[in-house]
Amino acid sequence: MRWLRPLIIAASLLAVWQAAVWLSQVPPFILPGPTAVLTTLVTRADVLVEHAWVTGAEILMGLALGTLLGMLTALFMAAIPGATRWLMPVLVASQAIPVFAIAPLLVLWLDYGMASKVAMATLIIYFPVTTSFFDGLRRTEPEWLALAQTMGASRAAAIRHVRIPAALPSLASGLRVATAIAPIGAVVGEWVGSEAGLGYLMLHANARMQTDLMFAALFVLTVGSLTLYFSMNAALRRLIPWQPETLR
Amino acid sequence: MTTDVPVAASGAVPGLVVEAAHLSYDGVTLFQNLTLDLRAGEWTGLLGDSGVGKSTLLRIAAGLDAGLGEYAVHLEDGGAADGRVALMAQRDALLPWLSVLDNACLGSRLRGEPAAALREKASALLQQVGLGDYLEAMPATLSGGMRQRVALVRTLIEDRPIVLLDEPFAALDALNRHRMQDLSAEMLAGRTVLHVTHDPLEALRLCHRILMLEGRPARLREEPVPAGSPPRAADHHDVAERHGALLDRLLNPPA
Repeated sequence: MRWLRPLIIAASLLAVWQAAVWLSQVPPFILPGPTAVLTTLVTRADVLVEHAWVTGAEILMGLALGTLLGMLTALFMAAIPGATRWLMPVLVASQAIPVFAIAPLLVLWLDYGMASKVAMATLIIYFPVTTSFFDGLRRTEPEWLALAQTMGASRAAAIRHVRIPAALPSLASGLRVATAIAPIGAVVGEWVGSEAGLGYLMLHANARMQTDLMFAALFVLTVGSLTLYFSMNAALRRLIPWQPETLR
Repeated sequence: MTTDVPVAASGAVPGLVVEAAHLSYDGVTLFQNLTLDLRAGEWTGLLGDSGVGKSTLLRIAAGLDAGLGEYAVHLEDGGAADGRVALMAQRDALLPWLSVLDNACLGSRLRGEPAAALREKASALLQQVGLGDYLEAMPATLSGGMRQRVALVRTLIEDRPIVLLDEPFAALDALNRHRMQDLSAEMLAGRTVLHVTHDPLEALRLCHRILMLEGRPARLREEPVPAGSPPRAADHHDVAERHGALLDRLLNPPA
């Protein structure tokens, strides 16, 4: 049932989609049916794969960079007393400015290539990673810290051996959010200005009324994002097995 | 229980004195010129109602909560209390990401010391408290009694002459509490112990001396203890009789 359920959901949605196309008789350039999209998916596979690599690389690099920067910022705030008061406003501002608004700027500064898209993905996940990790770092059980103190742990040792491991479940929540939204950053970047990637392909296809190709690109993007999310979820569960899960 | 591993303190065991000149919390004066002295090698029970300041007194003895007020902690032998005090709390405070053995050796990990010799001793001690099959188990898979035994081993491994117990058995069921009391009395024998507890019976079973903390600002009052050396049997008539008197005192403190 565990494997059957998503298949049933997907099949039902596809059936509704196909039925809607048949019944409404809309022209294919407005709404192609799933069979048409599937055909395009196969015939244009080479193009789709080529662009998917670009977008995938942007997403993964953005995730890695954003996670690294976010974790370092959180650690810095936890290690240096008073740093929070200086950095928090900057952090909140980084989240308050819509990435969509500064996307053209990033393209201007970092050019049409991958760098501006990686920056976009990094920027969009930086805040959730930083705040979730920092929240975890500052909510350590007081008893664990009291114990560490009587055992003669230095501040650095207490952070390394107590605060950081204790904050990992919280960081994991941030990473899950980051994994889900990183593709948005990359694709928005591609829309603003690029020469490759699924976002670029979608715009390109849309402008030429190749709606079936656009749907196929969207499909590849969705499947890729889902795969990424569930891989991340599974990896985090394996890495943090002590965190009890009371919801199934 | 056979004692395969020496559990007695390896160094000298001094007494400990806490002099709380003034300590207030949220504007309420908890202690004013209060002196708590723990006799060397003896088990001192600290009884009192909730909120009277028992845990605060224990925490300042442990060197925690610095800056809460004016107080001094010193050892009878003139040395500093730093690094000579071990803490065992009500909640076992096992780190959920470390195995039983790694939890028992937490101190060396935190101080960055080599752990090989310590791990051997910890394994032997865990064996001794009946956890030999659980060295690699994670804390979440253990029962409350087992977890508290790991915490006891962790305390012993630290080998500190002074041990502070903050209601360490309060979360256990009656049977396991009784077992843990006996085990702790045996294994911590010879050290200077401060045992904060709500339970008069527990104090009567385990302590050489019993102090009652009462009033605001709080005063310490020494209570008589039953004859014989701890751990005393719970059904000893002297223990049962004192139990009634102590409960009565706790329920009806002097105005």
